[in-house]
Amino acid sequence: MIADKKSVANLDTQRVFSLKEFFLQWEWVLVGLLVVVIIINSFISPYFLSFKTFLNTPMTFLDKSFIVFPMILVIILGQIDISVASTTALSAVIMAVSYNAGVPMALSMALCLLTGTVCGAINGLLLIKFKELSAVIVTLSTMIIYRGIAYIILGDQASGGFPEWFSFFGWSTVLGIPFITIIFVVSAVLFGILLHKTVLGRTIYGMGFNKTACTYSGIKVDKVIFIVFTLAGLMSAITAIFLTSRMGSTRPNVAMGYELEVITMVALGGVSTSGGIGRIGGPILAVFIIGFLSYGMGLANIQAPVVLVAIGLLLIFSVLLLKFRRKQF
Amino acid sequence: MPEYILELEHITKLFPGVKALDDVHFNLKEGEIHGLMGENGAGKSTFIKTITGVYTPNEGEIRLYGEKVIFSNPLDAQKCGIAAIYQHVTCYPDLTVAENIFVGHEKIHKFSRKINWKEMHAQAQDLLDQLDANFSSKTRMGDLSVARQQIVEIAKALSMNAKIIIMDEPTAALSLHETGELYRITEQLRNDGASIIFISHRLEDIYRLADRVTIFRDASYIGTWPASELDQEKIVSHMVGRPLTKMFPKRDIHIGEEILKVENLSRTGYFRDVSFTLHKSEIVAITGLVGAGRTEVCESLYGITRADAGNIYIAGEKAVISDPVAALLHGIGFLPEDRQKQGLILEWEIGKNITLPVLELYSKYGMLNKNEEQEISNKLAKRLAVKAPNIFSCASTLSGGNQQKVVFAKLLARDLKIIILDEPTKGVDIGAKAAIYEIIGELAEQGYGIIMISSEMPEVLGLSDKIVVMKDGHVSALFTTAGTKQEEILHAAMVKNVYSSQGLGVDS
Amino acid sequence: MKMQLKGVSGSLRELGLLAFIILLGITVQIRNPVFLSLMNINAILTNTAILSILAVGMMLVLVTRGIDLSVGAIIAFTGMVTALTVAKYPGINPVAALLLGAGVGFVIGSLTGLLVAVFDILPIIATLGMMNVVRGFTYVVSGGKWVSSYQMSTSFKALATGKILGINNLIVIAIVVYIIAAYFINQTRMGRRIFAVGSNPEAAEISGLPRKRLVFTAYAIMGALAGLAGVLWVAKFASAQGNTAIGYELQVIAACILGGVSISGGIGKLSGLLLGTLLLGILNNALPLINISPFWQQGIQGITILAAVLTNVVVKRNNERAALRRRAI
Repeated sequence: MIADKKSVANLDTQRVFSLKEFFLQWEWVLVGLLVVVIIINSFISPYFLSFKTFLNTPMTFLDKSFIVFPMILVIILGQIDISVASTTALSAVIMAVSYNAGVPMALSMALCLLTGTVCGAINGLLLIKFKELSAVIVTLSTMIIYRGIAYIILGDQASGGFPEWFSFFGWSTVLGIPFITIIFVVSAVLFGILLHKTVLGRTIYGMGFNKTACTYSGIKVDKVIFIVFTLAGLMSAITAIFLTSRMGSTRPNVAMGYELEVITMVALGGVSTSGGIGRIGGPILAVFIIGFLSYGMGLANIQAPVVLVAIGLLLIFSVLLLKFRRKQF
Repeated sequence: MPEYILELEHITKLFPGVKALDDVHFNLKEGEIHGLMGENGAGKSTFIKTITGVYTPNEGEIRLYGEKVIFSNPLDAQKCGIAAIYQHVTCYPDLTVAENIFVGHEKIHKFSRKINWKEMHAQAQDLLDQLDANFSSKTRMGDLSVARQQIVEIAKALSMNAKIIIMDEPTAALSLHETGELYRITEQLRNDGASIIFISHRLEDIYRLADRVTIFRDASYIGTWPASELDQEKIVSHMVGRPLTKMFPKRDIHIGEEILKVENLSRTGYFRDVSFTLHKSEIVAITGLVGAGRTEVCESLYGITRADAGNIYIAGEKAVISDPVAALLHGIGFLPEDRQKQGLILEWEIGKNITLPVLELYSKYGMLNKNEEQEISNKLAKRLAVKAPNIFSCASTLSGGNQQKVVFAKLLARDLKIIILDEPTKGVDIGAKAAIYEIIGELAEQGYGIIMISSEMPEVLGLSDKIVVMKDGHVSALFTTAGTKQEEILHAAMVKNVYSSQGLGVDS
Repeated sequence: MKMQLKGVSGSLRELGLLAFIILLGITVQIRNPVFLSLMNINAILTNTAILSILAVGMMLVLVTRGIDLSVGAIIAFTGMVTALTVAKYPGINPVAALLLGAGVGFVIGSLTGLLVAVFDILPIIATLGMMNVVRGFTYVVSGGKWVSSYQMSTSFKALATGKILGINNLIVIAIVVYIIAAYFINQTRMGRRIFAVGSNPEAAEISGLPRKRLVFTAYAIMGALAGLAGVLWVAKFASAQGNTAIGYELQVIAACILGGVSISGGIGKLSGLLLGTLLLGILNNALPLINISPFWQQGIQGITILAAVLTNVVVKRNNERAALRRRAI
């Protein structure tokens, strides 16, 4: 092969800021999409463009967004986790059942978080110890098992009767801002820092492109996989708390299909499903696009199934579009 | 009847950023074995894929029996009677031998279009018998050894009535006995009227088989000669392009104290009782055939895999190396054989690649320190003279040699004492090769102990202080480089019976 | 002529599975003698027939290194379309209904195949999207209503209840599907080539096999079989609903994995599939017979799948280790 004869001299140059590159970012497409959704919504309902609706609407859809954050890490890592919704269900059931068995609510919530963390850690451990298995098959099995355990514990009933103050998480506001939104922002900042500013984040990107090269570079790849999947479990449990608080009770079939919505948000947000590429901002925009879209369709009396179709199509087309874009630029 | 059955003229093949073939010529006579030689990266594999229709050349003409042909896919070439047996056997491990032979041109019943298993197995068995293979056509392909899989590939070529058979380094993974068997089969094929293009690194393959030899270098055509007119030195100088002596400037380095001692290291199925020592500023070459266990030994030293038995002493103290993290902490670094898959993240810029192994060292509370990071990668890229616009260039845009320099920079980013290099010059052009030799020499001068795995004799003899020869997972000989002849090394690598050799002392 | 696809280890695996099934049967029989009565055996086979038909399609998809999560949705959609047709034109021939369902399924499967084979979208992402779209359309075409038993003609319902030569139609249809599948897989070039592509996609590319077309075919066949199953499902349960067969794809994948189909492609046998589906069928049938709550079903199934997958890995590792020891180095 012929070596390209380039000079060594200017290695000191700084990174050049390119305006073209800046405006070619996928996030701009998403911003445009969000604006379109908001405009359509305001045509459907004249009340939509009020500050109050804007502030309060996210309360209805932010619960699953907590899973979006770790899912970004999982997918950048080149893996997938489809057991998250089952983890949410199991954590919620454990919380409800333990509370109704006499455990103090605060402790029940801690148990909920612990359950989610353990579920995630089990996924991580299985992937580390059985490297021959793909994440698809491992999380598919645990998806069935976790929800299965929820059924074993609770049968087909609902469990609730939580103390008054528990509804705080899903329903109340702090200084006019919904509590769930505050936690969402905090999570977004924390995960943004984790992904873009820390060694762990850099490593996750590297492993998404080339895990072998990371192993040879002395990266503790097993540890990274374990941490990321455990985080997915923990955040699924946080979703369980907000979801249960909003609904007032829980049953083993809650959060059914969340994994799909979450993966859709991440893919629409510009995270490459084959790993290595993606930023935190895109999926956050996608959370609001899909959230407002479903909300608006609800306002227009469009049935939930159509929303289902829309989400499915969004997933397929965003992946297609991103594929073609990457081939061009 | 034209003089040549296959002619290629002015063939040029471009890949993004690389000229893989540059105005190359080639011709093949009926019934000859034509050796094709060149170093790694000289363009042989691309050339083969051009003949077999996997790639379409950007420029140039292919003539078959004097007529111009264009192959747009592998099936076109197959239909014209061209078959290739690739370096990495391209088999279907889950299918039977018969299916592997007939995949793509399965035998079917005339009317029902049902697969005719009876005929397929009968013909497959016939072909296998022709090749004196003693296994059944119903065996699962994945259960066969590499040598036997290669025989199946040859049977596949025969089943297509191939008139032109291309063998891409078929002997690379074979034992001596298997190699002899392959020679016999190849000659049989020629005597039956096939024309064969035989690609090999090994001079002995070429002298034993080839009628004529064509040599490529750096993606260009160097020339074609009758094999009898080429002596060893001529071949090497055509392949390398300059006299070897100039490439290895002898340094006068004082070899320091012992820093690594490997004692009876074993891993079941891969290597057994491997012992040697390494000193400060010393270069130890590990050589032998591919598959002799060289890479496996070094990967165990670096903790990629774990040895089952034996001891490793670093600076006199026993060390347990359970993973690469531990190896790096002990001051052992590793430059892997496949820089694209194991060494680099090709999608990343140079700078990020260089700092990947040291991120933790320059971070506070796990946070990245981008300024310091940039400083380090800049410094190292400069020190190794990486040729690129700046450190923000993507690693995939670099040439092979420059990519290898980036992998070297990754090693220098850490504070190491021992550096293991696995085929450090594989697939880099000749100029970069010299630069890499320069780097290796400098590292030794600075006091690093260096273990270098290499298959290239000039490199082994020119650079090292000590040579460990491996065969079938055992150390078959230890030489002090000064005064050792190439023939001695080859004998130890290929002929010597390692299972009976005893009392191989560790020289120290 | 039967082809031996896998080596000794494959047959051993099947013998082990058979032994496990027999052991399970004996245990259940001791606890409840109803289990091995002719009527119950007939019930098990009738109930597994649909699952076993689907498993054939899923095996082909898994063999190409893919996965199809849209199976349940396709069952629901084709079932709904057929049920609506039957309700509107009661005189329609049941066989025509079967063909209609299979045809609609084939079209959907082809779309999935297009996304995976031509547009190169990861199978799990493409089929997750399709699952949503198809499920959504099921609600849309039915307007959210059910088609109930009284709206279906007796001749249509006889598809699932009628008998040929004293054997339930479902079982007969499953047998026919298996005979055709056996012919397709073992006796046609296309069938063998699908296995070749799964065994080594790169080699297939080099030797000029039409990889894309073969992968596409696997998904199209899966779609057609899911369509067929959809019609049978509706006839059997005499009702078509929006949430029919939700999550059923997991059962199908589980049956394949239990039957020894490799998730990493290239390996799968019909005999294994039969045993895998039979094991699941027996588990579903036997648990109520020995007084295990139906809520345990999912959990037990999940554990069985995980155990099967892990056993595979462990056996493979041991084989490899033994092979290394034989190398005498």
